[in-house]
Amino acid sequence: MNVADVLEGKRICICGGSGGVGKTTSSAAIAMGMAMRGLKVAVVTIDPARRLANSLGLEELGNEPALIEPALFAGEDVEMEGELWAMMLDPKRTFDDLIERLAPNPKSRDEVLDNRIYQELSSAVAGSQEFTAMAKLYELDREGDFDLIVLDTPPSRNALDFLDAPDRLTQFLEGRALQVFLRPAGFATRIMGRGTGVVFSVLKRVTGIDLLEDLSVFFRALSGMIDGFRERAAQVSALLADPATVFLLVTSPEREPVDEAIFFWRKLKAARMPFGGVVVNRVHHDYVGESDVEAVEGSLTDELGEDLARKVAQNFRDYHVLAMRDRANIERLARQLDQHQMILVPYLDDDVHDIGGLRRIHRYLFATDAEREEMLAEVVA
Amino acid sequence: MAAALGLLSARRGRRTIIAEVAGQDQAGRVLGDGTSPERFSEHAIGDGLWGISIDPPHATREYLADQLPVRAMADLVASSDTFGYFAAAAPGLHELVTIGKIWELALERRRTSGADPYDTVIVDAPASGHAVAIMRTPQTFADIAMVGPIARQARHIQSSLSDAQHTGVVAVALPADMPVNETIALAGSVREAVGLRLDAVVANAVYPRRFAARQVPALRRVAGGDGPPLPRAAARAALSQHARADRHRVQLRRLREALEPRPVVLPFLFAPELGRPEIEHLADLLEGGL
Repeated sequence: MNVADVLEGKRICICGGSGGVGKTTSSAAIAMGMAMRGLKVAVVTIDPARRLANSLGLEELGNEPALIEPALFAGEDVEMEGELWAMMLDPKRTFDDLIERLAPNPKSRDEVLDNRIYQELSSAVAGSQEFTAMAKLYELDREGDFDLIVLDTPPSRNALDFLDAPDRLTQFLEGRALQVFLRPAGFATRIMGRGTGVVFSVLKRVTGIDLLEDLSVFFRALSGMIDGFRERAAQVSALLADPATVFLLVTSPEREPVDEAIFFWRKLKAARMPFGGVVVNRVHHDYVGESDVEAVEGSLTDELGEDLARKVAQNFRDYHVLAMRDRANIERLARQLDQHQMILVPYLDDDVHDIGGLRRIHRYLFATDAEREEMLAEVVA
Repeated sequence: MAAALGLLSARRGRRTIIAEVAGQDQAGRVLGDGTSPERFSEHAIGDGLWGISIDPPHATREYLADQLPVRAMADLVASSDTFGYFAAAAPGLHELVTIGKIWELALERRRTSGADPYDTVIVDAPASGHAVAIMRTPQTFADIAMVGPIARQARHIQSSLSDAQHTGVVAVALPADMPVNETIALAGSVREAVGLRLDAVVANAVYPRRFAARQVPALRRVAGGDGPPLPRAAARAALSQHARADRHRVQLRRLREALEPRPVVLPFLFAPELGRPEIEHLADLLEGGL
C-alpha cells in the first residue's frame, strides 16, 4: 500500500493524530506527492502555530490558498507536474464569510457581524475553529478548483470535536435552547413546560440576565440563517462520509500516540467514516534481528580501540531498545486495526522542516511495498 | 514533563496535583497504578501527589452543582436536553469550564465541598495554539458577559491567571526546528494573552553527545566497510546518534538565543517506556536545573 493508492479518486484527505507525531509534515508531504503526480492540490491547516508554513519554507500563510512557487521545488530537485497550494485557516474570517453568504439580506448580515457576542465568539474562542474548518473544507470542495484537498487537523481529541462540529451546530440551532432564547422568558416557560423553565432560570442565574438578553438578540439576528446553517451542516456531514473523502491517521511508534491512534480509529469506525490507513512516522528499525547485540563490542575493539568500541556498543544497545519498543507498539497497532494498512517511515537523522525534508519523507509515503522494503534495507543494513 | 514537575513539587513537601485536560490521563497512568476509574476526580498518585483528568462534561456538572443550592436541581439541569444542546454547542464553554476547574483546584478555600487546598497545581496543557486559546477564554467570557456571575468569575480566573505570583508558565520544547519555532512564538502569545513571561524553558529529549567529531572518520570506515553486518550496523547507529546530537545542539542554541530564561536541558531516555523510575530521574535533573 502507498499513499497514491489510498488517495486514488479521492477529493479530500483528512490527516488526524496526536500532537508531535509529524502530522503537519506528513500532510504537506502527501499534498506535495500528489501535486508531483500532476494534481492540483491544496493543503489546509487549522493549527495556528505556523507549522505548515514552516514545513514549506514560508514565513506566513493566509486564509485563502496560495500557490507555492514552483521555483521552490525546482531548487530541491522536486519535479512538480501539478500545483501545490497551501493555506492556514483564519476562523474569524471564515466565519464572517459564512455569515455573509448565509444572511438573507444586508441588514441581518450586519446585525450579526456587529453583534458583540458574535465578535467575541467568532474570533477568540477555541471551539469556533472546528466548525469554521469544516465550512472552509466544504467551500473549497464545492468551488471545485482543486483535484484534492489535504486537511491537517489539530491533535486528535480536538479533531474529534471537529468531526462532530456540523452535527452539534445543527442540534444547537434546532434544539430547544435556541427557542428558549427566542421567546420571552415567561412565554417560554408556558410553552416549554416546567423543565425548561427551571433550566432557563438556572441559565439566568449562572450567566446573568444581561448576558441572556444579549444572547437572545444574537440568536434572533441569526434566526434568518438557521436554514442555511442547517443545510450547510448537513452538507458537511455528507461530505465527511462521502466515498471521495478519506481519513489517514498519523502516529509515531510510541505508546501514547499509538493509544491515541487506536482511540481515533475506533471513533472513525463508530461514525462510519472512510478510513484509509495509518502512517507511522519516526520508526527505529531493527538493525540486527535476533543477533547477539552484546557480542558487538568485542568485534569492534580492533578497529576502534577499547574505549570507542565500548561507547559504540552501548549506543547500539540503546538503539536496539528503541527498535524493540517501536516494533512492539507497531504490532499492537496492527492487532487493533481491522485492516493492516500501515506505512512506516523511518526516523530520519535530519530534521524535516523544508521541501528537501518533505521530499525525503515523500519517498517512503509513495513507494510501493517492495520499494519501501528496499529503502529501509538501505537505512538499516 | 508535567509528571516530573509534579514529583519535584511533592518532594519539596508541597501538596501537589497534576491536572490533565481533554480527558487525558498520562501522568496518572505513568505515576499511579494504571488508568484509574477515579481519574475524573482528584485521586492520590503518590506521596503528597494527586492527579485529575479534567473532562469538560464532568466539570460542567460540577460547576452547576456549585452554582445551585439543591443537588437534584443540578442533576436535572445537567441531564436536560436543553442544557445538553447548550453545553455541547456553545463555543468556548468546554474551555471555560476546564480553566475554571484548574482555577478552583488552586483556590486556598476550595469551592468543592470537603476538598483540601493544594499548594501547587501543575497543568499539562494541550499543544501551544490550543493552550493559548484556553488561557484567553476567561477574558473573552468576561468581555461577553460584562456583568453578572459569569463575568465576575471569569474576571477572578483571569486575574489569577495573569498574576505572576500565582501562575507560572513552563515552555517545553523538543529539540527540532518546528517545536522550537512554536516555543519561541509561544513566549510572545502567552505574554499577549495573559501578560506573563516564561518562568522556565525546558528542552526535552535532547540526545547526549557521545562521540567526538574526530571519531567520525573511524566510525564511517567501519559503517561503510565490508566487515560483518553487526559491527557495521553498530557504527551506523553511532553515526546516526552523532548526527542527531549535533542537530539538537543547533536547536538548543536557537532556544538560548531567542528565549529567557536559559533552557534546562533534559536528556533523551533510551527506555522502552517512561515509567515512574524514569520520571523520578527527570525530576532529579530538573531539580538540578531549575
